[in-house]
Amino acid sequence: MDFNFIKEYWPHYAEAGVLTLRIAVIGILASIVIGFLCSLIRYYKIPILRRIAGIYIEISRNTPLLIQLFFLYFGLPKLGIRLSSESCAITGLIFLGGSYMSEAFRSGIEAVSDSQTESALSLGLTKWQVMRHVVLPQAVSVSVPAFLANIIFLIKETSVFSAVALADLMFVAKDLIGLYYKTDEALFMLVISYLIILLPISVAAAYVERRVRYAGFGN
Amino acid sequence: MQDLGISVLFQGRNFVRLIEGLLITLRISFISVGISIFLGVLLGMLMSIKNPVIKAITRVYLEAVRIMPQLVLLFLVYFGVTKAFKVHLSGEVSAIIVFSIWGTAEMGDLVRGALASIPKHQYESGMAVGLTKLQIYLYIIIPQTIRHLIPLAINLITRMIKTTSLIALIGVVEVVKVGQQIIEAARLTEPSAALWIYGTIFLLYFLVCYPISLLSAKLEKIWQN
Repeated sequence: MDFNFIKEYWPHYAEAGVLTLRIAVIGILASIVIGFLCSLIRYYKIPILRRIAGIYIEISRNTPLLIQLFFLYFGLPKLGIRLSSESCAITGLIFLGGSYMSEAFRSGIEAVSDSQTESALSLGLTKWQVMRHVVLPQAVSVSVPAFLANIIFLIKETSVFSAVALADLMFVAKDLIGLYYKTDEALFMLVISYLIILLPISVAAAYVERRVRYAGFGN
Repeated sequence: MQDLGISVLFQGRNFVRLIEGLLITLRISFISVGISIFLGVLLGMLMSIKNPVIKAITRVYLEAVRIMPQLVLLFLVYFGVTKAFKVHLSGEVSAIIVFSIWGTAEMGDLVRGALASIPKHQYESGMAVGLTKLQIYLYIIIPQTIRHLIPLAINLITRMIKTTSLIALIGVVEVVKVGQQIIEAARLTEPSAALWIYGTIFLLYFLVCYPISLLSAKLEKIWQN
């Protein structure tokens, strides 16, 4: 192991790691919004939108992110839609994440028993009030574990972005292996970088999951 | 010429080649799935043993494999192991090794979860009516575990198939690589080939994974009660 090499090239990894994190944060936040909207559309059974959301979820969950990215990055320009590597990566991550987040929310909403909504309605709460004060607080707490698992899953999925020429961690590692044949050092730094990103999140997720109090009543 | 781009699919053996590429992907997936299910069941049973040392070892294995993106694991084996041990592993073999290691961890955790979900009184009632330990497992625990397990295991299969798409990035000639070759070859005659080829690959993956997902969802619903 050549530690001078590691010292010299470490900043490349740091830079790539920051890029990965930035895309992951944007992608995950947008996924949460999309997922939330989709699950609401399906919950309220809004006619046409519900179909569209259903189709979107099935397509997104049953295809690999890598193929989605290839389609976005190499396929779409032929239709005149040209996306940069970064916007491609973000779009892909949102497309994938939206459906996973939607499923997480949906399982939470489904876990709220009908008697809850019925009681709230009979008390004279409006539909929106029922959602805001009765369903959501319970649903969100139930979907926390799935939700955290999705966040970790999505961060791990960012590793394929190098395929659309984004200079992420994998890209840097592959570059160093190709240029200097420093396989051990490059892979060592790659693993360490991912550990630095994922380990705290995974530990925090495990902690939150243990501590979360399931707000479920009337089941 | 965009409307004509689709013809690239049907030139020569292009479509057949794409399907052949897909079969390579699927072959790697299914070999890994087979190994993972077998080893995963063993691992899951091992994890259920109440021995602190075994628990610690299996836990470390599980967490270590799960925290790394699969592509990183693939790089570790394909570039790292081959160099460290001076062996040559083809992309396909590396992929099978990695997906088996990863799949075993995931499957092991599913089996552990399924076993843990069986309430204690099931064992105790079995004993109370005079069944032997073997009979308790054979007639009470295993049938119930399997009901929990199969929908989740099928779900894992679709995840493994989707993950297998990563092997394109370590140079295995599978459906994406074949697609890239077709696009390269048609670069001058069909500039819009990329759209159609990647669209087709996208659709092929969907056609493979969707029925499996449906089956998983259906079984889950049937066996819920």
